[in-house]
Amino acid sequence: MVRHLKLLIMLFVIFAFAKSSLATKEYPVPYPPFTPGIFPCMNCHSDLPRNKTKRVLKDMHQDIKVENHGDRWCYDCHDERNMDKLKLANGDQIKFEESYKLCGQCHGNILNDWKRGVHGKRTGSWNGEKQYLLCVHCHNPHNPPFKALKPDPAPIRPDATLLKPKYHNNKSH
Amino acid sequence: MKENKKISFIRRKLLKTFTVAAAAALAPLTKANSAIKDFDFEDFVQKNFKEMTPQEVEKLLKRLEKKYKEKYGKDFVVKATLPMENVEFGYALNLSKCIGCRRCVYACVKENNLSRKPHQIHYIRVMRFKNGPIDLEKSEHYYESEQVPENGYFYVPIQCQQCRKAPCVKACPIKATWTEKDGIVVVDYNWCIACRYCMAACPYMGRRFNWAEPQIPIEELNTNTHYLGNRPRMKNVVEKCTFCIQRTREGRYPACVEICPVGARKFGNLLDPNSEVRRIIETKRIFRLKEDLNTEPRFFYFFHS
Repeated sequence: MVRHLKLLIMLFVIFAFAKSSLATKEYPVPYPPFTPGIFPCMNCHSDLPRNKTKRVLKDMHQDIKVENHGDRWCYDCHDERNMDKLKLANGDQIKFEESYKLCGQCHGNILNDWKRGVHGKRTGSWNGEKQYLLCVHCHNPHNPPFKALKPDPAPIRPDATLLKPKYHNNKSH
Repeated sequence: MKENKKISFIRRKLLKTFTVAAAAALAPLTKANSAIKDFDFEDFVQKNFKEMTPQEVEKLLKRLEKKYKEKYGKDFVVKATLPMENVEFGYALNLSKCIGCRRCVYACVKENNLSRKPHQIHYIRVMRFKNGPIDLEKSEHYYESEQVPENGYFYVPIQCQQCRKAPCVKACPIKATWTEKDGIVVVDYNWCIACRYCMAACPYMGRRFNWAEPQIPIEELNTNTHYLGNRPRMKNVVEKCTFCIQRTREGRYPACVEICPVGARKFGNLLDPNSEVRRIIETKRIFRLKEDLNTEPRFFYFFHS
């Protein structure tokens, strides 16, 4: 009986492992864009107490300001049990590589589009392997809206003569 | 006798005058010598690309590679990759996402060996509209903003729409432009006679003309080329976007899709029900430019909800 139980547990473990590896294989994402040297978080946080009160940070992470994303605090998304993981609303721990699940809790439509390749940038091959990007590769997780860019130069206005040193400068059209 | 001598003198004088006059008349032509030097007899007697046998195409590609090596001192690969089976290319552009940054314009210039300043050619024109209806007459593509996106404006990039019923193909009097099996409208630059009827026929202003010899810095030349795509062009030919034929026929994305920093550009096979473009066409609010003209573009614009 005990042997059977062991076998069953082993099978279950193998199954669970296979499933999780499949899940990450489905959306091949590159390594998350951590600030250099910041990961793993537990290098520092293993000895630190978790302070869940909302406050202005003074010793570390002063650069992180959660903006344009509602009223949030670190532990809404980061897992206080293991700082190297993220936390879903239901308490599940997930890896940083699966952070799209976290965003998808609210942005379900966008997650669906992302899975089908409609939302977000894809590189690679239109009929084969596609390179996915995590949400956080384009959206700063602590301040998600896109930042404005400087556009590349405008085309030069056509000039039939091409002899004049300066091109016509018509305002309209 | 005396009379005879006089006549011969006048004749000689006349001849001399004519020779000088002829030389003077021909003098400006020496400037056009470069054009005469560039004249390639084999280009001149070349058949229409569509009528060539595979062996002839092979020979042509070898000849072009040799010619480009001599002209630019670089090793070119000129391909003539054929269309894939069961593939019809389609393009979708997310207007809710486009920020008008023109990254696509310059990625295209680089990939497709487009002429730089002053005879500048861009396949993509990013039109800026004031918020409201899409009124092409009130749009402009010369905007010089400090930052994009700007409040109160939206952006619509326009390039060749690869129409199913392409007016440009109908207009060409010599069949130098045609639609390939995978839906790409291409130009045989060696066959084009520069009449520019196709440009007049295109309602999207999707075609460009080389008014001068294309100017490309040699170190920026893309040597991976396709005969119907980005191989170096010459003066007096029409050219256009080919969905980066040299990339897409090998399964890669066009250059503009890969550069877009906001992921607004989507590309794929219209005949594949699982492709990105099909998903967009089936689930998003889409439209095509100037639908009333019945050109049936393979280029779709959509909004992301």
